[in-house]
Amino acid sequence: MKTVVKNMLKTVADLVVLPTNGAFNIRVNGSCVERHSTKNVQIIPKENGSGIDIHVKPGTKNEMVHIPVVVDASGFEDLVYNDFYIGEDADVVIIAGCGIHNDGAHLSQHDGIHTFHVGKRARVKYVEKHYGEGDGSGERVLNPVTEVYLDEDSYLEMETVQIEGVDSTNRITKGELKDRATFIVRERLMTSGTQRATTTFDVALNGVDASTNVVSRSVAKGQSFQEFISKIDGNRACVGHSECDAIIMDNACVKAVPELVANHVDASLIHEAAIGKIAGEQIIKLMTLGLTQEEAEAEIVNGFLK
Amino acid sequence: MLELKHISFRVNGDQEQEKEILRDINLVIEDKSFVIITGPNGGGKSTLAKIIMGIETPTSGQIFFNGQDITHADITERAAMGIGFAFQQPVRFKGLTVKELLQLATKKEMTQAQLCQYLSEVGLCAADYIDREINASLSGGELKRIEIAMLMARGVPLSIFDEPEAGIDLWSFNNLIRVFERLRDEQNGSVVIISHQERILEIADKIVVVSNGEITGMGPTGEILPELLKKSDSCRFYRAGRRA
Repeated sequence: MKTVVKNMLKTVADLVVLPTNGAFNIRVNGSCVERHSTKNVQIIPKENGSGIDIHVKPGTKNEMVHIPVVVDASGFEDLVYNDFYIGEDADVVIIAGCGIHNDGAHLSQHDGIHTFHVGKRARVKYVEKHYGEGDGSGERVLNPVTEVYLDEDSYLEMETVQIEGVDSTNRITKGELKDRATFIVRERLMTSGTQRATTTFDVALNGVDASTNVVSRSVAKGQSFQEFISKIDGNRACVGHSECDAIIMDNACVKAVPELVANHVDASLIHEAAIGKIAGEQIIKLMTLGLTQEEAEAEIVNGFLK
Repeated sequence: MLELKHISFRVNGDQEQEKEILRDINLVIEDKSFVIITGPNGGGKSTLAKIIMGIETPTSGQIFFNGQDITHADITERAAMGIGFAFQQPVRFKGLTVKELLQLATKKEMTQAQLCQYLSEVGLCAADYIDREINASLSGGELKRIEIAMLMARGVPLSIFDEPEAGIDLWSFNNLIRVFERLRDEQNGSVVIISHQERILEIADKIVVVSNGEITGMGPTGEILPELLKKSDSCRFYRAGRRA
């Protein structure tokens, strides 16, 4: 495996060596380079070659699944469909993530469409990290789509991070929840230069006592642009909360567009949005501890996005 | 030793008229001294503390620290020289934890035992707090205690506490007094506290009274405090926690 690919796998999926006790599928420039299934987690390529199906057996406990993607060929545009079928009562951690290394002049792009069918009482922690690097003038584009279908009493917690190097991203996350299902999303996003990022959350709380909490923290630097769209439909007695918290720096622009729709008298929906620069008093406080203004700003941003 | 020479500070007030906050302040803080600056609200005490830390720049005058002219040194430079400041109203940080802020303050990785030592000084259990974010989930009193612990953990030659009692409840106030008594007895550096509290004034080596932008009294506690208490109505001293 090339050093570039190894470094990317470490960055986006924390993989230094191949996992020894879990299922994994490593995709590089549109092809699978390593794949491994376990007794409880089967990774099966789709017949049309468009992606993989991941089947987690009912009752599976404490297993991890890694499905990282790396694109390091300039000009390569990758589209993949990964479908997850999580059996009832399973409890698994899924680490995805995509890294693009582009040293060339052409656009490199990865669009990952991930669909989760989570069975009754199952619990999933889903972690994805997106990262771009390279000295080329070619754009690095990532457009992840995550669709989550949560059956009764199931739970999915999604952590999604994109800290640097992605020129353009259109991130779409959709959820449909049945009775007592819970969908938690924590997003961390940073843009700089002329990067653009659009994040859309669209969650339908269809079941009684279904709940969602969508929290996005972002930092926009340089001339970058971010748009945060959050839509929650409360269709039964349910609880929904979304929060957009952004630090804006330089000449960046951040737009937050909340949409709450209560279709039931017992739907409780809240949206919070706060956009502003780093508070001067925070910088002064850290300077009194001996940090320079630049160091103070970096600590505040790093802490905020942690 | 810290020396302020002829410090004045003016700001533009309403209708662009200049307002004088401090006028010709001359003050010496000796090494290893325990000094309380007191006086009526709005008299200029906090501004004076901020000028020492470099948060505000004096309109005129000079500041010397250990013989070096630091009038034009910025906050970071003064912090590196060994001046520390605990804010009257501590700042909140989303994402930064108590542990991280303490480590930034001390510039070293800290063990649970060390964190516990600093936080227990101010009546907080480290296990409950080290991973807490310095955000709105902490009460004003908790933030205040963490702020005080942070400055004590730095162990700098000159520590300035701006109204440490503000926002502290009565039970914690008695502990706070004990914290400052220990600080006075074990101190290796100078301590300057802005305070209205009689019990804090009582443990000072020296009291400086700042009123209407000027130093109107200065001397050993035994001389200044009785005078202040005679005029307590005008100086608005508080005796909270005295009987506890």
